Amino acid sequence: MGFVEASWLVTRKDLLIEFRSREIVYTTLFFAVSCLLVFAFGFVREGRAVEDAAAGILWVAIAFSGTLALGRAFERERQNETLRGLLMAPIARPALYVGKLTGIVLLLVAVELVMVPMAGVMFQARMLAHPVLLSALVLTGTIGFTAVGTLFAAMLVRTRSRDVLLPVLLYPVTVPVIIAGVRGTAALLAEEPNVAMARLWLSMLVTFDVFFITLALWTFEAVMTE
Amino acid sequence: MLDFTSLAFTDVSRNFGRRRALNRVTLRCDAGEIVALLGPNGAGKSTLLSIAATLLEPSSGTLRYGDHDRHRDLRARIGLLAHDLYLYPELTAAENLTFFAQLHGVADAASRVDRALASARLADRRDDPVSGFSRGMRQRLALERALLHDPRLVLLDEPFTGLDDASAAGLVERLRELRGRGAIVVLATHDLEVIEGLIDRAVMLRDGRLVAIADGPAPLRQRFRSACDSEIRQAGH
Repeated sequence: MGFVEASWLVTRKDLLIEFRSREIVYTTLFFAVSCLLVFAFGFVREGRAVEDAAAGILWVAIAFSGTLALGRAFERERQNETLRGLLMAPIARPALYVGKLTGIVLLLVAVELVMVPMAGVMFQARMLAHPVLLSALVLTGTIGFTAVGTLFAAMLVRTRSRDVLLPVLLYPVTVPVIIAGVRGTAALLAEEPNVAMARLWLSMLVTFDVFFITLALWTFEAVMTE
Repeated sequence: MLDFTSLAFTDVSRNFGRRRALNRVTLRCDAGEIVALLGPNGAGKSTLLSIAATLLEPSSGTLRYGDHDRHRDLRARIGLLAHDLYLYPELTAAENLTFFAQLHGVADAASRVDRALASARLADRRDDPVSGFSRGMRQRLALERALLHDPRLVLLDEPFTGLDDASAAGLVERLRELRGRGAIVVLATHDLEVIEGLIDRAVMLRDGRLVAIADGPAPLRQRFRSACDSEIRQAGH
C-alpha cells in the first residue's frame, strides 16, 4: 500500500470516529470560545481592544485548544491499544504520522472557522481585510504546531503523566511558530496593515513547517519502536 | 510478498528498565504447528508474542522468520490477537474490519469482511458500533481482524477470554483449520483443558526463561504442573 493511501485511510478513520463522537470538535471549540471570552473581558475597554490583543489571544486560543485536541486524539488510540494495531500494519510508520497529523489539522481548521470570526467580533479586528493571507497564516501556523504536537503526543502515549508532559514539551519547541503567527497576524490586523511584514512571517511559518515535518518523518519510526 | 515457514528465537532477551522480562529464550516453531505458551501471569508470554509480532525489539538475541530478519513487509504475514483487542468502539463491526483489511492491503476487502463477519457470527450486527458488543463478541471480532489478511504467523494471547463454550469450540476448529493451511500458530493461554488435544507442543515460560513441558499421554495440566514443580525444586537448590 502506498504512503498517501495509508495516510488517507488513517485520516478518514479519525474523521469518521470524530463525526460519530464529535468529542474533539465540541470540547476544543468550547475551550477556544471560553478562552476568547475571558480575554475579551480583560483586554477590551469601552469597546476598544488593546493593540495587537486580537492576534495574541487568537494564537493563545489556537495553541491551548490544539493541545487539547492532540491529547484526546492519541488517548483514543491508547484506550484500546489500537495504536499497536496500526503499528502492526505493513505500511511505512511515518504514513501513520501523516494520517494522524492531517486528521488533527482538519479538526482544528473546523474549530478555527468559528474561532477566527469570533475573535474578529470580540476584539473589533478586521479579519476580512486580507482573508487569503490571514487564512494562510492560521493554516501554516496550525500545521507547524500540530506537526510537533503529533510527534510528541505519539511519543508520550504510553507514559503515565502524558497530559502534563505534552504542554511542557510542546510549548517551548513551538514558541517560534506561535511568535511568527502572532506577529504575522498582528501585522495584518493593524490600523494600517503591513502586508509585506505578514508575508515575511508567513514564509517563516512555511520554513518551520517544512523543518518540523521533515524532522518528525525522520524520527517517527524510531519514536514508535519500543 | 515475503513469506516464511518457520519462526526461530535464538537467545532472545528483553529488559524493561532493570527488570528482565525474557531471559535467553530459544524457540523454533514451524508451519502447520500449534505451539502453546504456558506459564503464570507476568512470566513473559505477552512480551514474547509482542516481539514475534514486531511490536517490541529484543534487547539481545536474534529472531528469524524463515530466511528473513525483522522487516516491515513481514507484518503483512503476521496476525496478532492481543489481550487488548485493537478495535475502535465508535466504529461498527464492518467498519473496523474494513479499515484493518484496507490497511493490510487485502484484495477485495468488502467480500473478505463479509466472510469474516459470518465466521464471527456477527453478520447481523455488522452495522452496530463495537461499543455495544459484549466481551465475547469483541473477542470473536478481534480474532477475525487478526486473520483478515490470511497471516502465516498467528499469535494469540489468551484467545479464549470471554468466549462461551460454543465460541471456544468454534475457535478450536478455526485453529485446526489454520494449522491445516500451513500457518504457524503460537498461543498463550491458561485454558489448558480447552487446548488439550489441539496443540502439537507446549512450552512454559517462568520468570522469563523457557522451560520444556514433557510430551506424553498424561493430561496437559498434569504435565504442566510437573514442569512447574521441577522448576520450583531446581530454584530451591
